[in-house]
Amino acid sequence: MSIEVRIPTILRQYTGGEKAVEASGGTLHEVITDLDARHPGLRDRLVDDKGLRRFVNVYLNDEDVRFLGGLETSVSDGDHVTVLPAVAGG
Amino acid sequence: MTPAPRRTLAPVLSIDQATYDAIVAHARRDHPDEACGVVAGPEGSDRPERFVPMLNAARSPTFYEFDSADLLALYREMDERDEEPVVIYHSHTATEAYPSRTDIELASEPGAHYVLVSTREPESVEFRSFRIVDGSVTEEDVQVVSALTSQSDSAPTDQPSGTTQHRPDTQGAAPR
Repeated sequence: MSIEVRIPTILRQYTGGEKAVEASGGTLHEVITDLDARHPGLRDRLVDDKGLRRFVNVYLNDEDVRFLGGLETSVSDGDHVTVLPAVAGG
Repeated sequence: MTPAPRRTLAPVLSIDQATYDAIVAHARRDHPDEACGVVAGPEGSDRPERFVPMLNAARSPTFYEFDSADLLALYREMDERDEEPVVIYHSHTATEAYPSRTDIELASEPGAHYVLVSTREPESVEFRSFRIVDGSVTEEDVQVVSALTSQSDSAPTDQPSGTTQHRPDTQGAAPR
């Protein structure tokens, strides 16, 4: 299963500068595990021990995965995952 | 795909008067909540050309966050147009126009000019610009020009007649 994952500028240090990379898995959790195997270090920037990091937004196609199933969201071949750091502050 | 060449960071933010005024007006309008948005420009150009005010999903006087769906739409649109966020702005409504600890922790666009506007004084505005990279903050000059020149990275050789450095906004007449 091939999923395209779009990587934001600040995380492209893990992907050799690539804006989009491929990964596979049946859930978002599996996709992130596979991503980390291909691009070590990426996982820690997306999740912590409580799940998805608060200020990292992950979208499956057009939907924020927080409104789907979070890390357990099912993904299928051809889906697009987009990672965007929150634009936020105090 | 090859990575985009790393551009040299200009030590100054050059911004046109109309965009400057639009940012200040947005900050005034949303006061006492924080206002936020971006000014997009062609990738690698360092030219803030397209003013995009965003909704502060936090609707708070002490915090701002782009709405998650709006954020995706914004980045998709910029991608399609080969743009990037040249300026990311937000306001502080009771404190100075300097990045807070949260601003520094959450800054995730090392190529952007982070503009802070303080609306704590009703009659005057602080408008300052910073680079925030890996937790370190560098203030830069703000150059307000009547219009962006066609080549922003060429040294200005003619009279900077339409140019003011660190122009304090004393108009205070932004629409409410």
